[in-house]
Amino acid sequence: MEDLMSVVDWSRAQFALTAMYHWLFVPLTLGLSMIVAVMETIYFRTRSERWLAITKFWMTLFGINFAVGVATGIILEFEFGSNWSNYSWFVGDIFGAPLAIEGLLAFFMESTFIAVMFFGWKKVSRGFHLASTWLTAIGASISALWILVANGWMQYPVGMEFDPAQMRNVMDDFWAVAFSPVAIHKFFHAVFSGWALAGVFVIGVSCWFILKKRNVAMAMSSIKVAGVMGMFGMLMTLWTGDGSALDVARVQPMKLAAMEGLYKGKCGQEIVGFGILNPDKTPQNDEDPYLFDISIPKGLSFLATHDFNAFVPGINDLIDGIELTPEGDTIHTDSYARRIEIGREAHEALRRFDAASAAGDTAAMAAATADLRASYRYFGYGYLSSPYDAVPPVGITFYSFHIMVILGGYLLLFFVVVLWAVFRKQSWLNNRWAAWIGMLTVPIVYVCSQAGWVTAEVGRQPWIIQDLMPVQAAISDIPASTVVLTFWLFALMFTAFLAAEVCIMLRQISKGSNAKYE
Amino acid sequence: MTTLQYLQAYWWLLIAVFGGLLVFLLFVQGGQSMLLCRANNAAERSMMVNALGRKWELTFTTLVVFGGAFFASFPLFYSTSFGGAYWLWMLILFSFIIQAVSYEFRTKPGNLFGTATYDVFLFLNGLVGCVLLGVAVGGFFFGNEFTVTKTNLLDASAPVISTWAPSHGLEAIASWRNLLLGFTVFFLARTLASLYFINTIDGSEKFLLRQRRSVLINGAVFVLLFLTFAFVLLTSPGFEVTPQGIVEVPYKYLANFIDLWWIGLVFLIGVVLVLGGVIGSVMLPDYRRGIWPAGIGTFLVVTCLFCIAGYNSTAYYPSTLDPASSLTIANSSSSEFTLTVMSVVSILAPFVLAYIAYVWRKMNATPITEAELSSTSHKY
Repeated sequence: MEDLMSVVDWSRAQFALTAMYHWLFVPLTLGLSMIVAVMETIYFRTRSERWLAITKFWMTLFGINFAVGVATGIILEFEFGSNWSNYSWFVGDIFGAPLAIEGLLAFFMESTFIAVMFFGWKKVSRGFHLASTWLTAIGASISALWILVANGWMQYPVGMEFDPAQMRNVMDDFWAVAFSPVAIHKFFHAVFSGWALAGVFVIGVSCWFILKKRNVAMAMSSIKVAGVMGMFGMLMTLWTGDGSALDVARVQPMKLAAMEGLYKGKCGQEIVGFGILNPDKTPQNDEDPYLFDISIPKGLSFLATHDFNAFVPGINDLIDGIELTPEGDTIHTDSYARRIEIGREAHEALRRFDAASAAGDTAAMAAATADLRASYRYFGYGYLSSPYDAVPPVGITFYSFHIMVILGGYLLLFFVVVLWAVFRKQSWLNNRWAAWIGMLTVPIVYVCSQAGWVTAEVGRQPWIIQDLMPVQAAISDIPASTVVLTFWLFALMFTAFLAAEVCIMLRQISKGSNAKYE
Repeated sequence: MTTLQYLQAYWWLLIAVFGGLLVFLLFVQGGQSMLLCRANNAAERSMMVNALGRKWELTFTTLVVFGGAFFASFPLFYSTSFGGAYWLWMLILFSFIIQAVSYEFRTKPGNLFGTATYDVFLFLNGLVGCVLLGVAVGGFFFGNEFTVTKTNLLDASAPVISTWAPSHGLEAIASWRNLLLGFTVFFLARTLASLYFINTIDGSEKFLLRQRRSVLINGAVFVLLFLTFAFVLLTSPGFEVTPQGIVEVPYKYLANFIDLWWIGLVFLIGVVLVLGGVIGSVMLPDYRRGIWPAGIGTFLVVTCLFCIAGYNSTAYYPSTLDPASSLTIANSSSSEFTLTVMSVVSILAPFVLAYIAYVWRKMNATPITEAELSSTSHKY
């Protein structure tokens, strides 16, 4: 494969493109389905035709968004096979199960009951319809659960062992996979961020109604529901984000170091609240990492460990295998150069196992297996040429993390103000500037949401499975030109459908603003 | 048989069942391929689109679950076929992407490309989706050009274990035997679609007559293609696992039908049901339930075809380049532990099928008419 790295890079680009487009639609599906379910519950309890009309309006927007989410979702599943075929074999025994369970338990629930949700108003009882709306929303969340179990496993592989005879990993503990703390934090973080995103979306659209002075009462009612759910989602996102940060510090310390642009760590490490990275800084030189930064003392130590004085390793510390105790004592762990050696020993042991297996030499097989078990934890490092290959793109990881945090802080403030205004001082929301802020927050929440995924996925590079398989060992045997072509076809298709969706949404919102809700 | 072998056989049966369900549900794609027919007026086309649009997600979901189940239970197939026959699978996926948005967008104001564009998308999905899925399944019987070398994993410069012919799936599309199965599936889907319209839409006499004529024409072409496919299949060699390795065996699939006679019997029952549904709908002017025998028959026939592709020591994904690389349910499956876990989860499948059937019954209790559509707040 002459163009190995080119295939790898284009395959990454294609997967990133698909995932980012998918993540434009999924959080709104997750959150808006819940908001619609709550609205329909209010209708069910009050029998108010007004709430029925409000429910149907938001349901229409949900349906438009749902379709593109489905279209991009199917590609992600199949791209594991088409573009990451080696990965599919190497860990398919573990990774395939959550995807299959997702399909069986969640997709069928969603696709069956969404039909009732849209077409069943006059075909089923009101109670059955309400149950269907809730089941659609729950199905979407269950779907997210299994996807994030799979994603969490890639970042923190547990519940498996390597089978040298088949040259792949096999699952030996399903519950360890399903209830991995990384997966659980990721699930709640992603789902509740969807609630926050949908809350902002509903508030933003309602603000446009207020700005145009159309159906203001309907808009205020919608803001009340979306504000409460969005605020709850935001608080839960922050809480689970804290859990995720602890996980990253524990199982992906290199990602954490890249998130902060930290090269040399210390006890009581400050956190950069805002900063500009020095583009000339690399792990190999002594340049200052930042051109400008505003830091909070001991913040990163607390974020990473909940201890203000804990040591947080930087990129160079990790490469050199240096840790410190809270007292400042140096501990040497495996440097990345040593890990590469151990990884290559693992590869060699696997070769010896294969040769012994072909020769029927059981004693040699047992010896090779023992060597492999001792070195397997760094199997993926055996594919790397240099310790610096294990450093993710620091710039993208740093900026996406800080954009997420800064915008997340703004969104919390936004929900506080909106809730106070809608329940205590609605005249505030009638101001043009307030309506504009509400509307402009919609693109902001999308940027925040995308930045979160970029942090999570770019920060774990080059690993497709943490420490066990780098991306260059995971690919398919296809020419780079083929992937380039499909990349652009996907880009064209997704962009066209996104444009169509936005235009349709705007028309439906405009139409909805003129409808009667009383 | 060991526990692992039982589990492998069980999961192959589940794959076969999902395959059977998927082909039955391809009536949605078959119907889409008829939407551009000029004989239908706007109202009729609207009823047809809405009849299909209320079911498209079931087909889509079944395809996704079919893929997910394959990944979980036979990951070497997933790795080899999707990464190898890249263009074949990409074309299938493209056709399903354009379907997913078309129903929701086609009549919405501001959809940018106009209703006609989305209708063309639906047509393309109907044609390409059916034919290429048939082509992909054709590879299960007639083979593909690939090799599997697991030790490649340790070659840092070219670590891919499954390698394929340089045309990456285009050669599978060019195979006449694969295309024969592809078009068989396509005309079956069109036949089922007309049966579904007859069952679901309370249209004019003229509309119903046109659908019955469509059943006759598409059904006749289907039967012709199916008989040809059956002849080709039964006279084709297959690959069998023997103590000497995986070797080519003449009339392998005919032998499988004879050895596994109960599968052959169910297969024949399926064929009779399909023919019964088609002939009944053509001959009896008041008969509107032909979709059910034909649909159940389709399910049985396709399930049986998958069964004879994988059971009786047969390589279900033969390699014409290197028979030893051929995939069998034994050498490509997940571990015993994973298959056991997945089997426990699969206990829920009947419950899922039950609620789908219940909702289908509820939603189809009232036939689709122009009046019903005009009173619906959400329509395509």
